[in-house]
Order: sequence, then structure tokens, then C-alpha cells
Amino acid sequence: MLENPIKSDSLLGLSNIIWAYVFLALSLVLVISKGVLPEGIHRPPSFLVFPFADWINAFFVFIRDDLGLIHVSRAVSSGVEWLLDVTANLLYGKHRWPRIGPIPWSAIAATAFIIGYGLGGIRLSLISGGTFVWIALMGQWKWAMETLSVIIVATPIAVLIGLIFGTFAWRSRAFERILNPILNLAQTMPHFAYMIPVVVFIGVGPKAGAIVTVIFAVPPMIRMTLLGLRSVSPEVIEGGKMSGSSGWQLLRFVRIPTARTEILIGVNQVIMQCLAMVVLASFIGMPGLGQKLLQLLQSLKIGKSVEIGISIVLIAITLDRCTQAWAKREPVHFPKGSSILVRNKFLFVWLVLFVLFVILGQFIPILDQVKRNQAFSISAPIEVGVDWLVITLDPITQWIRWFLITWVLIPLRNFYLWVPFTAILALLACFGFKIGGLRSALICTTFFTLIAMTGWWDRTMITVYTVTVAVIIAAIIGFPLGMFASFGERSSKTVLLICDTLQTFPSFIYLIPVVMLFGVNDVAVIGAVVLFAAVPLIRYTIEGLRNVDPQIIEASQMSGANKFQTLFKARLPLAIPTIMVGVNQSVMFSLFMVIIAAFIGTQDLGQEMQRALSFTDVGKGLVLGIIVSFIGLMVDHLIMTWSYSRKQILGIQ
Amino acid sequence: MTDSKTVISCSNVWKLFGKNPSVYLNSIPENTPYDKIANDGYITAVRQVSLNIVEGEMIVIMGLSGSGKSTLVRCFARLLDITKGNIWVDGEDLAKLSETQLIELRRKKMGMVFQNFGLLPHRNVLDNVAFPLEMRGQGVHERRERALEMIELVGLNGREEYYPRELSGGQQQRVGIARSLAIEPDIWFLDEPFSALDPLIRREMQDEFLRLQEMLNKTIVFITHDFDEAIRLADRIAIMKDGAIEQCDTPDQIVLKPATEYVSKFTLEIEKARVVHAKGMLQNPTTEDTRIADFAVSGEKTIQELARILVNEDFDFYPVENSDGKNLGFLNRKEALEVLIGPANA
Ligand SMILES: Nc1ncnc2c1ncn2[C@@H]1O[C@H](COP(=O)(O)OP(=O)(O)O)[C@@H](O)[C@H]1O
Ligand SMILES: [Mg+2]
Repeated sequence: MLENPIKSDSLLGLSNIIWAYVFLALSLVLVISKGVLPEGIHRPPSFLVFPFADWINAFFVFIRDDLGLIHVSRAVSSGVEWLLDVTANLLYGKHRWPRIGPIPWSAIAATAFIIGYGLGGIRLSLISGGTFVWIALMGQWKWAMETLSVIIVATPIAVLIGLIFGTFAWRSRAFERILNPILNLAQTMPHFAYMIPVVVFIGVGPKAGAIVTVIFAVPPMIRMTLLGLRSVSPEVIEGGKMSGSSGWQLLRFVRIPTARTEILIGVNQVIMQCLAMVVLASFIGMPGLGQKLLQLLQSLKIGKSVEIGISIVLIAITLDRCTQAWAKREPVHFPKGSSILVRNKFLFVWLVLFVLFVILGQFIPILDQVKRNQAFSISAPIEVGVDWLVITLDPITQWIRWFLITWVLIPLRNFYLWVPFTAILALLACFGFKIGGLRSALICTTFFTLIAMTGWWDRTMITVYTVTVAVIIAAIIGFPLGMFASFGERSSKTVLLICDTLQTFPSFIYLIPVVMLFGVNDVAVIGAVVLFAAVPLIRYTIEGLRNVDPQIIEASQMSGANKFQTLFKARLPLAIPTIMVGVNQSVMFSLFMVIIAAFIGTQDLGQEMQRALSFTDVGKGLVLGIIVSFIGLMVDHLIMTWSYSRKQILGIQ
Repeated sequence: MTDSKTVISCSNVWKLFGKNPSVYLNSIPENTPYDKIANDGYITAVRQVSLNIVEGEMIVIMGLSGSGKSTLVRCFARLLDITKGNIWVDGEDLAKLSETQLIELRRKKMGMVFQNFGLLPHRNVLDNVAFPLEMRGQGVHERRERALEMIELVGLNGREEYYPRELSGGQQQRVGIARSLAIEPDIWFLDEPFSALDPLIRREMQDEFLRLQEMLNKTIVFITHDFDEAIRLADRIAIMKDGAIEQCDTPDQIVLKPATEYVSKFTLEIEKARVVHAKGMLQNPTTEDTRIADFAVSGEKTIQELARILVNEDFDFYPVENSDGKNLGFLNRKEALEVLIGPANA
């Protein structure tokens, strides 16, 4: 059992450990002798740098103009635009077909209330109904509906595409093999990298926002469809076959319905991804809550930003909880002889309420639309509170800023930029050999050599340094918090619930508190990344510590270990592999966040990405996106390989 | 039963699991041992099976888990394609059927019950039972009627609208049985249908099953690893080991004349007197001066059921008759007593 499960493919007869030390030594030599070595060892030499961006641009021009893909994309986008117009008319009365909207806000809130009630009882109904009442009363109705209309259009399209691709991948191994690396890349590419090609083909505005949202949301749906179809029990399938189902019937009546839960979890992920993206799509001219938030944040209107932030958070919670409840819902029979009215009670109640509010809306204007001047606002007290907080905390925040910038950020950044790129490659080879042998070493060095070949080495190092600092700070905060919470059943549950909820928030939201406290600068960026990255760390720390086999805990308690001894001698060693999964997620989240936070001031890949976006430079945008993806994939490979082999050694799972 | 029609017939059937089974199988001699094949990376799930199953017969397949019982039955239904050999169902070579013909066969002739029920979780009892009828395109009313009939038959009336997860294990298996019977199959496969149930419920379900079988009189292939279950139900028992059928015979013969060492070990723990019937050990008196009883015993009775007579009525032979009172032969008291209390010590 103690054997290393990774096949040790020894290179030239030397073991992996020896190779790891060889590369470590090489790396040190390169660092120490930096002064005497030629320039080409420090920075990627120019003959290594290839104009990937130009090639991609040429390729895009070719498929857009020469192959005429622009016509296809125009056709698709006009279809999407039509759908968007319909929802826009219904939700906020845009002057388009069918010209019957807007539906009174009270009727929509009632709909949300009933959906919540049907799916999760009174608590969920209060959350979902309350969300819409809040939005209406705060005078944000139109923006929220602009955002929602995109989600309403994008979700079904993404789900359908995901189902189709997922089913094909399930049917054909070969297709899955092609799809898998693309999905890996897609799921680690930052949001902005998706936007630029869409701008090239579609332009800016709502339809571009909707299309980029669809593209961004499809990968998780494919994954969940595949997982669901795979996990159907073989007996259920044999039962279907023996009932005389043909291949198509089997898929339609047996496999897909039985995979319902996984598929619905996929739908949940699609919706959450859509929300995250639609908020960010404000960068390509998507109106709605995201755009408002962006403008308000840029002009430092904290009170108003918080109002919008609350709305976005409420929408996120509503969408997440409702779809989760839907996914988890088990079918329940009605008592024999129940009437149609009872069987469809939610439908009937909804119809009655909906019609009622539509009619009431004609006579009581406030139930139809809350005008801007009628809206409530809590921004004034928030501003006062925040001002007070900022002033009170100012010495502390100033000190943190000063300390971080002078003693951590600048030295570390300079160090990262100072280290020769060859030394970093050697160090990665060392990690690779140590963790997963030759294969891992090759994967790591290949990814980073490719990055060096793009010519964006320095920017990459700045991004890497930001992520390193942020993850370390997040770990300093997150580990103790997670450990502390894991002592009690109740505190674990509460903190896990909070973490789950925080994870549903679109990443943009995390910028509000840090901008509030630190203003617009790079400490704020680090702060936002830390916040975002700490959540998975806390979560997996608790999960890892709680899921240790109770017998081991009991054994250590019977050996006379106290609470802390049990934690450090029994729980922690067994929980480390799970905690590392948290570290992995934390790195991924940081990478996403660093890029998003770019617009409040960084000098890394994110800033270049912003530039690429404003110049619609597809080639540059994609290259930058792929660099970020490569960093993520490499870290993911190393951590997951390590965690897996550690689990094998410990004999868990 | 000998003049009945053969429903399933198979000859020299092999099923290997592994990378390239048929190429591999052709490259080795037929007597290659199980372990050698395993070393080469293949699992011998079914090995050299030849068997004829006749109309109306109930054959029980027994064996330890992993001995290939499920695989063999799945080959009969062509849920799995065999690696070598032939299987004929109603005279048709199973391997030669097209996809459509195969589906047609399952829609008209075959039913199967699974160990873990294999019900569709999103359909209620009625829709689960009606599912095979829906697949073959029957109308809503027709299939509803038939499904209700089946639900009534298995005693689940009143629960038509329940979902599988709202039912107990025994009830779920009743749904499985009803579903498999909905199309009135001629051939009925049951793969350890009662193994997942509690012992008490299992007994009840066996009784229920016997009642159904008496009513319907289908050709049945029944898998179990429970010997008690096997002797209660079987016309013939086939004992499998490492994919091969070690012996296929009536329960009486299996315990009286085990063909291999494995079978005798398998039946070691069994109380023979409970298994063996009077008609299973018929013999003719060899010499003239034997004392033959002046009354007859029923051939359907087990030796255990005849214990009182065997102990109290001191004759050398008892005439044995069937239920119509027709003489079948004679039962040797000394041998019967050996079955009852073990061989006399030398
Ligand atoms: N799909 C499969 N792939 C590989 N091996 C299988 C498969 N199905 C069954 N086996 C193997 O074939 C052997 C016989 O299995 P099975 O027929 O299920 O046995 P039983 O029903 O008697 O318990 C077992 O060793 C099992 O592991
Ligand atoms: Mg089995």
C-alpha cells in the first residue's frame, strides 16, 4: 500500500528524486551565477519568441472574411437579438415585438415567490420573492431586468448545447478525447479572453453579452451531462433494454431522465456562470446591473455600489437556491383521487396571483412600476457608515498598505522579475519530478516554455507573483479559520453554508468592499483576490478535517490526545490531501480574480487583457488567456497529482 | 417433459471480458485453466456452457458470486454478446438477429427481473409497469389497463401513483416483476430477484413467485446463490464455478450424485432428506424375498416428510405412486434411512 502509485518511469536509470535534486541544483546555479551568464538565460531570447498573436489574428481574419463566418455569426446574433428583444419587452417594456410589456413588477415578484415556495417552502419563497421586491423598491428594476433577460435567453441555449455535446462525448470516446483538453482550457481561461473574439464577430452590446455568456456557460454543462449519463446504474439501463427500448428510446426515456439530478446541477452551474459573465459583460457594453456597478465603482460611489451589490448577491442566492432545490427534488405522489386543482395547485395559485397583480397594476401605479423618484435608497446611511469606518480604520489600512507595498509586494515582485527564466523552468522540472515523475516534469516545463515563447514573460511573472502573495495571505487567514470552525458541528455547518453562499457571488462583487477600504490601487487588487481565494480554502479545510474517519479520531482520543493533539496528530495529516484541493481551487479563483481586478490598476496580464479588449485584438487576447490557462492547468496538474498520490499512500478513498 | 419444445439452447458458449477477447480465445486451447487466462488479463465469465432449456421448465442457476451467473443470463438476452459458441432462442440464432429483430424479441418474448430492481426513478409505479408497453407503441388506455392488471396481480393495487423511492424493497421488486410480466413474455429471467430483500420478505416473495409461476407457467431462468431458494423452486439446478457449469440436474440428483467434488462440497451443508423426493430414488427390488409394504407412499414427498413411516414401518421396500395413484417404482428403506440419518457406520 505504501508504494508510490505513480509509475516511476526512471529517466536514464536515475530515480525521480535524484532528477528533482539535479534540477533544483541547476536552478540554484542559474540564480547564483546570474551575473556571469549571457542575457539569453535571464529573459527569453528574441529568437524564442514567436508572433502567436499575429498568427491568430490572421487566422481569425481568414475565417471571418474569407470563409464568411461573419455571415453565420450575424445570422446567429440576429436570432439571439430577437429573443432578447422579446424578453426585454416583457420584462422592462423595450419597444419591440410583442409590445405587451412591461409586466408589472409585482406580478414578477409574485411569480418568484411561487417558484420559491414550490421548490423550497416558505423560506425560499421569502428569499426569492423578497429579492424582487427589494430590486423594485430600490429603483433598480430596469437594470436588473436587463441582466435577467440575458440570463433567461442564454441559459436554455447553453443547456441545450451542453446536453448535445455532452451526449456526443458520451457516445464517442474519440470525441470526448478531443473535447477534454478544450474543456480544460476553456474552464481555466479568464472571462475576458472569451469576450474579444465575440466582439470581433458580433460587436458590442446585449447580443454580444448574451453570446459570450452562452459560450462561457457551456463547458460545465457538457461535463455534468457526461457525468450524469455515465452514472446511470447499469441495471436501470438493462431494465430499459429488456423493456424493448431502441437506442433512441433508451436515451430519451431512460438515460436522460435518470441522469436528471446531475443534469440539473449542470443547469445550476450554467445559471451561476451566466450571472457571473453577464455582470462582467458590462466591459463589452452589456447594460444592466453589472454596468451600473462598474460605473459606480469607477467613480467611487460606494453607497450606490453597495445597493447594486446587494441586488446582485440576492439574485445569485435566489437563482442558486432555487435551482439547487429543483435538482434535489424527489418526486412525490399525490393521494389517490386528487383533483386536477390539487395536482397543479402551484400553477393555479400562480395564475391567480399573476392575473391579480397585472390587473392591480393597471389601477395602482406603484404596483406596476416604481419610479426613480419613488424609490428607496440606503446609500446615504451606507456612505456615512463607510466613511466613518474608513476614517476609523484609516491608520490600520494605511499601515497595511505601507507594509504590504514596501515589505512584501515590491521586494517580491522585483525578485520574481529578477530570477532568470531558465532557473524557473529548472525549478518547475524539479517540482514535476518530485511530484509526478518525468511526465509531470515535461508538462510543467512545456507549459512555461510556451509561455516564455509568447513574449509575455514579465507580465506573467507579475501575475504569478500576485497570485502567490494572495494565496499565501488567504492561507494565513483561511487555515486557522477553517480549523477553528471545524471543532464544532454547528460552527462547521454555519461556516460551510456561508462559504457556499459566498461562492455563488459573481466575482465582481468582491471588489466592492476592498475598493471601499483601500481605494483603487494594487493593495485593493490583492485584497479582492485574497477575499475570493480564501473561501475555497476555508471550505476545504473544514471539509477535510470533518471527514476524517471517526474511528481514527476515537482511537487518538482513547490514546489520551487532547483536542489540539488530535487536530495536529490525527486530523490534519489525513485532511491535507483534501485541503490541497482547496489550495488548488484557491489558485484558480485567484487567477480569475487577478484578471478581473485589472481595471482597478495592475501591471500584469490582466492589464494587457484590458488593452486587448479595448483594441479588440483577438490574437493578443487569446494568447494572454491561454497563458493564464496554462498557469492554472500546471498548478492543477501538480496539486491534483500530489493529492491523489498522497491519498493512495494514506489509504483513503 | 422430455417431449416439450426446447426454448433456449446453447452450445459451447464462452464469454471473456478483456481487451480483445475473441482473438485471444481463438489463440488458446479450450482446456486452458481459469487462472492462466486471468494471468493473461482476461476474465472467464462463461466457459464452455452447453444447455437446453425446455418450455415450461424452471431452471435455477447457482454459484458463488463472480461465478458468471449474471453474465450467462445476460448472454441469453443478448444484453452481452458472447465471445464464442451459439445460442438459439426458439430456434433462432441469437447472434444473427439484427438490432430491430432483437428489440422485437425483447418486446414480445422476454422479461427480466433484476437484483436491485432497475426501476426508473422518475416514473411512478403505473408508468414503470407500462414502460415496456409504451416502448412497443401501445396506446395510452390499453397500456394503462394492462399495467393495472399487472399491478393487481402482484398485489400493489392502490400504490399506482407511488414513486419507486417511496416503496419498500419488497414492493419495488413487485413492481419489477409486474413490469417484466407486462408484455406476457414466454421466457422469464430473474437475476437474484430476492437477494436484496430481508429474509422474512424474501420468503414471502418466494411464495408469491411460486403462486405466479403456477398461474402463468412460463419458461424460467432463475439465478440465486441461496440453496434453499433453489430447491424450493427448481425443476433443474445448474451449478456454476469459474464460468463453467459443473452439473445441471434435478435437485435430488445434485445432492444424491454430485458430479464433481466442487458440487459435493457445495451441497455438503444441505440436509439431504429435505431435498430428496421419494420419486428421486426409485429402485426395483432385486431379490424375491424382500418385504414390500402393503401401502404406497407419495412420490412427491421428501424423505424427511416420510421420516415417520421410514422409522416405524419396517419393510425393505415401499411402493411409490404419483398423485394419480399410478405406481412409479419402489423406495429402498435402507437407502432412504441413510439419506435421513447418514450412512450406517462400518
Ligand atoms: N462488464 C464487465 N467487465 C468486466 N468484467 C466483468 C463484467 N461483468 C462481469 N464481469 C466479471 O465476470 C465475472 C462473472 O460476473 P457475474 O456474471 O456478474 O457473476 P455472478 O452473477 O455469478 O456474481 C466476475 O468476475 C466479474 O467481475
Ligand atoms: Mg450476479
